[in-house]
Amino acid sequence: MRVINFLSDMIMPLVVAYILFYGAGKKIKIYDCFVEGVQKGFKTVLEIMPTLIGLMMAVGVMHHSGLLEIISTAVSPLCDRVGFPAAAVPLTIMRLVSSSAATGLLLDIFKQYSPDSFIGRFVSVMMCCTETVFYTISVYFMSIKATKTRYTLAGALIANAAGTVASLMICRFLWGG
Amino acid sequence: MLNFLWAGFILLGILTAAFTGKMHAVTVGMAESAKEAVSVCITMLGVLSMWTGFMNIADKSGLTEKMTKAMLPLLKRLFPDIPKDDKAFEYIGSNITANILGLGWAATPAGIYAMQALDRLNRFRDEASDMMCDFMIFNMSSLQIISINIIAYRSRYNSANPSEIIGAGLIATAVSTAASVIFIFLRRAAVGGKRK
Repeated sequence: MRVINFLSDMIMPLVVAYILFYGAGKKIKIYDCFVEGVQKGFKTVLEIMPTLIGLMMAVGVMHHSGLLEIISTAVSPLCDRVGFPAAAVPLTIMRLVSSSAATGLLLDIFKQYSPDSFIGRFVSVMMCCTETVFYTISVYFMSIKATKTRYTLAGALIANAAGTVASLMICRFLWGG
Repeated sequence: MLNFLWAGFILLGILTAAFTGKMHAVTVGMAESAKEAVSVCITMLGVLSMWTGFMNIADKSGLTEKMTKAMLPLLKRLFPDIPKDDKAFEYIGSNITANILGLGWAATPAGIYAMQALDRLNRFRDEASDMMCDFMIFNMSSLQIISINIIAYRSRYNSANPSEIIGAGLIATAVSTAASVIFIFLRRAAVGGKRK
């Protein structure tokens, strides 16, 4: 437990220190490079913003109309049996389909339960170890016009399911609930 | 697909609101959510851009290239059917490095080049080869070591410790990636010599 917390605190500073050290060793203008990279980040965020507005709004409609609650209530008997947080079900499914839609649902959970609640921590970890499988498959295979993707989906879903189950177990272990 | 999803979300929500009598809440919620998206992006501007700044140093100093090269022996074991000197390894390497560092926009182009290189080795036109499927499964097992977006979102919603999930995320990511590697090797063993 302490090792994991230690890891969480150490990894970012260490990565940053290593990058700076390496860059300085190569005698490149590290600060200029940093600023240039920040500009790239700005561009990325500005590109994300329109989709985030669209999808957070759509999630807002689903939330305020009570639709999300109805879905959670409907699946909760099954979820309780396997110990899965019912409110995380829409996000867990949407995570495989669209990154921005998943972000909208994630932020909805943060807002409603706080990121420091059990479900808030669980969805944070789950988002780290899963991928937008359906989107990625369609983009990559479309680029080479392959329509028969064979066992790709099965393999990817198994990996993502393993990650989701692992997230739940690790969160239980670390934070209880 | 997203077009239908998006419209479906909103229409289903409005329909539900009509039955639950929450039309007013939806009206207010719609505007609130759109406003909130912008405030989330402002937090993101700071946190994500800081990260891309550091990553640009890694890129310009040749560190990402070094990482890609260091990964090659491992990749050759994971994808033994790709000819040793094929360009595909270079693209797969940079795709995976970009994924590990959380540089989604750099990962996608490299991944598409990798698929095109694998396509040149493929005997079938519209059917994916084993190499493609294996690469895709590994790629989608999530490889990112630090999910900077999640940390930014957590800090926007006032988490007391936004980065506390890094360690847990790392372990969960290792599990999903291990599952993908096990799947790849088991399937390969199951079909034996019959490869596409």
